[in-house]
Amino acid sequence: MAAILSVRDLVKRYDGGFEALSGVTLDIEKGEILALLGPNGAGKTTLISTICGITEGTSGSVTVGGHDIVNGYRDSRRMIGLVPQEINLEPFERVINTVRFSRGLFGKPKNDAYLEKVLRELSLWDKKDSRIMELSGGMKRRVLIAKALSHEPEVLFLDEPTAGVDVELRKDMWKIVAGLKASGTTIILTTHYIEEAEAIADRIGVIAKGELLLVEEKQALLTRMGQKQLQIDLTTAIEAVPDALAAYKLELVDTGRALLYSYDTRGERTGITSLLADLASAGLTMRDLQTKQSSLEDIFVGLVAGDAA
Amino acid sequence: MNWQAVRSIYVFEMARFFRTLMQSFISPVISTSLYFVVFGAAIGSRIDQVDGVSYGAFIVPGLIMLSVMTQAISNASFGIYFPKFIGTIYELLSAPVNFLEIVIGYVGAAATKALFIGVVILATSALFVDLQIQYPFAMIAFMLLTCVSFALFGFIIGIWAQNFEQLQLIPLLIVTPLVFLGGSFYSISMLPPIWQTITLFNPVVYLISGFRWAFFGMADVPIGLSLLAIAGFTALCLIAVWRIFKTGWRIRK
Repeated sequence: MAAILSVRDLVKRYDGGFEALSGVTLDIEKGEILALLGPNGAGKTTLISTICGITEGTSGSVTVGGHDIVNGYRDSRRMIGLVPQEINLEPFERVINTVRFSRGLFGKPKNDAYLEKVLRELSLWDKKDSRIMELSGGMKRRVLIAKALSHEPEVLFLDEPTAGVDVELRKDMWKIVAGLKASGTTIILTTHYIEEAEAIADRIGVIAKGELLLVEEKQALLTRMGQKQLQIDLTTAIEAVPDALAAYKLELVDTGRALLYSYDTRGERTGITSLLADLASAGLTMRDLQTKQSSLEDIFVGLVAGDAA
Repeated sequence: MNWQAVRSIYVFEMARFFRTLMQSFISPVISTSLYFVVFGAAIGSRIDQVDGVSYGAFIVPGLIMLSVMTQAISNASFGIYFPKFIGTIYELLSAPVNFLEIVIGYVGAAATKALFIGVVILATSALFVDLQIQYPFAMIAFMLLTCVSFALFGFIIGIWAQNFEQLQLIPLLIVTPLVFLGGSFYSISMLPPIWQTITLFNPVVYLISGFRWAFFGMADVPIGLSLLAIAGFTALCLIAVWRIFKTGWRIRK
């Protein structure tokens, strides 16, 4: 598949010398959902702002649909819809007017039928004549999405779309994103909620301190980085792990009633068979067994801490 | 040119104006009436005539200019400052528009509002004094140019301002005094010679003088100089705005 968005060695250095982006290279394919995961201040918003034209990059290049964002800014920006992190809306305006404004600003002729479709999909249609200030926080966020979609963009940026919204609305937002993907829109979203990336993204990029640490298919990432844990529940509690089992680096949990064994699913041998054998010869009897796949969160924490590949 | 965008900005900005239409309409009518009561009737009855024109009529061009300039500045500066203040500027910066389109949209709307108020004041004045306009086209041209150039100036103030106090600072501290000292209510020839010379450094003098010439065919400074002054001011503002957008000063991080 062809890349719809291509970022090459993008650097953003502020006047004070702070480097918000230090050489980011990234390709995004048409129709995919990419989640950019990273802690606060990692450079997620700076990356988006630079692609959209809100901040100017120091060096490097970006093309959207083949159009350079500097020399071909009109064509590149026409393809992009941006939902900012903060709720930036004119409080006295009516919903329909602000959406019409956005559409016109991006050079599209008036098309109220299309805007009606967008507003209906976002459950905003019956609020179309309300003033922004009369809306709830969740509704305002939908208005931002409606504005971003008003000019029929091919690439949609969602900058922390679910920051500070309740669980119900978050699920709603995920549904909206899934719907957009189904209609062929390419979506790049930033988040620091790992479960969000896990739930909706096709690929995941991890960004920290202005550097893109990795970009991978979500499943591949989970498998590649995946650690599994085996929990062995014991019939009787023990005070310490027997010396005979020291090589397995077991962890004693649940007030001595269970042992945790971590292993790598990629390995030829997981070591489970020998562990169980050694367990029996050490005189321990097990009551139950369970395994647990590590979540993206564990991977993420590991990466950002800097001790993962 | 992305005319669709220009139109959208213009319509959006005018909507703000129409929301407060009654205020926009009534306040200039009242303040003009007050000026006529104070300057026209109370003081003017003792002044008789200035350069062969009744004092009441003489102050009309100055009154219009006073309102047009302050309105153009305040509308344009607020128009661009507000999106900066509430953060909606992100949309403008990420839109496929260039600086000229943004300026035409915002400045055009602000100038339209100022022009509207200028016309309202002119109409109100006609109720109080017997007005003749010798060069109607020149009058309209002068008013339009003033609306546009001061809206441009206001636009620059709006970008420069980092809080609401700064937004008011230049209009209050510089523009209002310049307008009052610019011959709105008197002819320059009425001043002592030394002040006549000093006054010539006030750019507003050229605008009011030229505008008054369009009404009565007489001016404090040659009409060509007035035209040059306003053209120069417009050009200066345009260059400043162009530089601002080129460098992203105070709008782009």
